[in-house]
Amino acid sequence: MSIQVKEIHKQFGEFVALDQVSLDFPTGALTALLGPSGCGKTTLLRVIAGLETADSGRVILEGEDASDTHVRQRRVGFVFQHYALFRHMTVLENVAFGLRVKPRRERSDDAEIRRRVHRLLDLVQLDALAERFPSQLSGGQRQRVALARALAVEPRVLLLDEPFGALDAQVRKELRRWLRRLHDELQVTSIFVTHDQEEALEVADRVVLMNRGRVEQVDTPTEVYERPATPFVYGFLGAVNVFHGRIEGPHLRVGEATLPHEQTQVIHGAEAVAFSRPHELRIVTDPDTPHGVAAVVERVLTFGADVRVELDSLPGAAVRGEPAHYEVVMPRAQVDALALTRGQLVRLVPSQIRVFPSQAA
Amino acid sequence: MRILVGVMTDLVSNPVQPDPAPRIALARDRAGRVTVAIGGAWQLDADLPDLDGIDAELSAEPGPTAVAFETSDLVAWDSGLASYLASLAWRCRERGIAVQEDGLPEGIQALLHLASAVPERRAESRDEHADPFLRRFGLDFIDLARSTGEILAFVGEVTLALRSILGGRARFRRSELWLLIEEVGADALPIISLVSFLVGLILGYIGDQQLAQFGARIFVADLVGLAIVIQMGALITAIVLAGRTGAAFAAQLGTMQVNEEIDALRTLGISPVEFLVLPRLIALVAMTPLLAIYANLMGIMGGAFAGTVVGGLSMAEYFTETVAAIRWNHIVQGLISATVFGAIVAVSGCLRGMQSGRSAAAVGEATTSAVVTSIVFIVIASALLTIVFDAIGLS
Repeated sequence: MSIQVKEIHKQFGEFVALDQVSLDFPTGALTALLGPSGCGKTTLLRVIAGLETADSGRVILEGEDASDTHVRQRRVGFVFQHYALFRHMTVLENVAFGLRVKPRRERSDDAEIRRRVHRLLDLVQLDALAERFPSQLSGGQRQRVALARALAVEPRVLLLDEPFGALDAQVRKELRRWLRRLHDELQVTSIFVTHDQEEALEVADRVVLMNRGRVEQVDTPTEVYERPATPFVYGFLGAVNVFHGRIEGPHLRVGEATLPHEQTQVIHGAEAVAFSRPHELRIVTDPDTPHGVAAVVERVLTFGADVRVELDSLPGAAVRGEPAHYEVVMPRAQVDALALTRGQLVRLVPSQIRVFPSQAA
Repeated sequence: MRILVGVMTDLVSNPVQPDPAPRIALARDRAGRVTVAIGGAWQLDADLPDLDGIDAELSAEPGPTAVAFETSDLVAWDSGLASYLASLAWRCRERGIAVQEDGLPEGIQALLHLASAVPERRAESRDEHADPFLRRFGLDFIDLARSTGEILAFVGEVTLALRSILGGRARFRRSELWLLIEEVGADALPIISLVSFLVGLILGYIGDQQLAQFGARIFVADLVGLAIVIQMGALITAIVLAGRTGAAFAAQLGTMQVNEEIDALRTLGISPVEFLVLPRLIALVAMTPLLAIYANLMGIMGGAFAGTVVGGLSMAEYFTETVAAIRWNHIVQGLISATVFGAIVAVSGCLRGMQSGRSAAAVGEATTSAVVTSIVFIVIASALLTIVFDAIGLS
């Protein structure tokens, strides 16, 4: 089922949680709402579920305006960050709950409910634990029960609010893969909220980036990572190096260095910021190189296949009062060839930069 | 004992000559040590010298190195001297002057140590940011209006849910209702027994003392019986339930709010009011009158205990008198009150629980607020009911 939200606005007192948000969630896709905490992503999810009413705007489910309908008419499955399992019921009763409390004429008979619950528990690989109570399960198991409970009522949409937020790193990773597989199997339209960019990029078909109640970018994981639309997205997705400088024709002047850029929408002489990913920087040890930003090697982290080099800007070149830090990732062989030492003066030459006018940063 | 009496008669028979007035004298030696000679009787009601003279001496240049005391002329002292010395010691400490206490009587030394061990309490933090009266009044009024609105909306929601239960459409678990009835009813018996028995006993005891003056001791039975049956039984039950059950409801629902269980119910298409509030309301409304009847019996027993043990009545007399005094309309009044109170406790507890914020601290506030709301509305309802009973001729 498709979901659309149109010009949703929601305010808590003075705080604007959602600022005229319009979005389209296509049928059968797994979409991630990604953003820092307080950006309005959970509020948007709750508005879609009907747990929260928007001050203005519309929620359209399957082409029908559902803004004024009650939660129970929207038929959504909701998975909460802290599982929200009913503590005094067993796993089986929890999953069966949504089916058993239906009005009598819509309710299936007990054998049918049992059959369905067991099928669901099979799906989430928990059939053996059906008689346990939630307190006897691990966090990951509880979240899978919560998911089974949400799926039991055959929702038209599955909404997940930071589903893996309360789990430890190892379990999260496993559950991510598992969620992806489950979604491929069920093909139910799903939206999940997360503040973990890795999680969003890894699991989702599409990523919606939100900041301060506004949508910054909507695209596939590859696109948002490769071509961030705004400085915020650049900074939020993965490690990034930032250069502050001024546009001088086809160059960006950063301190005494100039960096070529291909951005056409910036005005000559304007203040600008440039972004570059750690793997898009090259370290040049020859101090006489005319190009590149001067930096001092601070630390070389040599674990893993790629080596991470951390650098500081020169003491004189502090931008806006604070020294800049840079991060470069390159294959181990290259770093060995450079033979970097701590405190060594080098130049950073970006292979690719993306320039934004400064006021947008 | 005899010695003490002896001393006291001594004191009475030999009135001491008027105490010499308290006085101090200051002397500074070459080492810069100021000796304070304390003489006379230092008592709170006497006219104690002020500290100005000493202040001047302490601030005089060059500053004194130490302060010592000389008390050979001291006739008598009490806390007047202690507080005087404490403020003196405080001034010395401010100026960094050593205080040599060895010249003082031992008792005073102990008192000074005690005084310096506990720092003086500062009251300034309390009402530093007090708003002006009108502002506070206005804010309180807005709060009151808002909370009245919330209560009315909630009562409306509960009423709608009640209608759907009458239509047989409300959805909650029967087993949960029975558990609640047990929790609300049977489990409350011990505390209700204790409180109502003691209230009956106190009423009986005080009533007996007063009525004995008129030789009307037998009427203790009427007094206790009517007071308990009409008002006190229902009131005791309601207040015990407010503290016990209302708070528990608020805590249960508040915790469910924190765990997002209430949201989970909503997304599964279940109205939390039907599923959580209705069974609690039904359990309380069903159990409160029964508990009130029980409280009535216990209260009357308490009164009977006082009437027979203190008042010397016989059991048979007491109960005959009680039965003669109480009529059916008194009992009905008490039971109607109890039912209303039960509903109030259930609604307040559930309301505050549902309104609870999403933190552990908010749950604590919700329970407190549930008890306060219950008791306020119980008192208001009790007054209104009295008027209503009077108007319809039930009393």
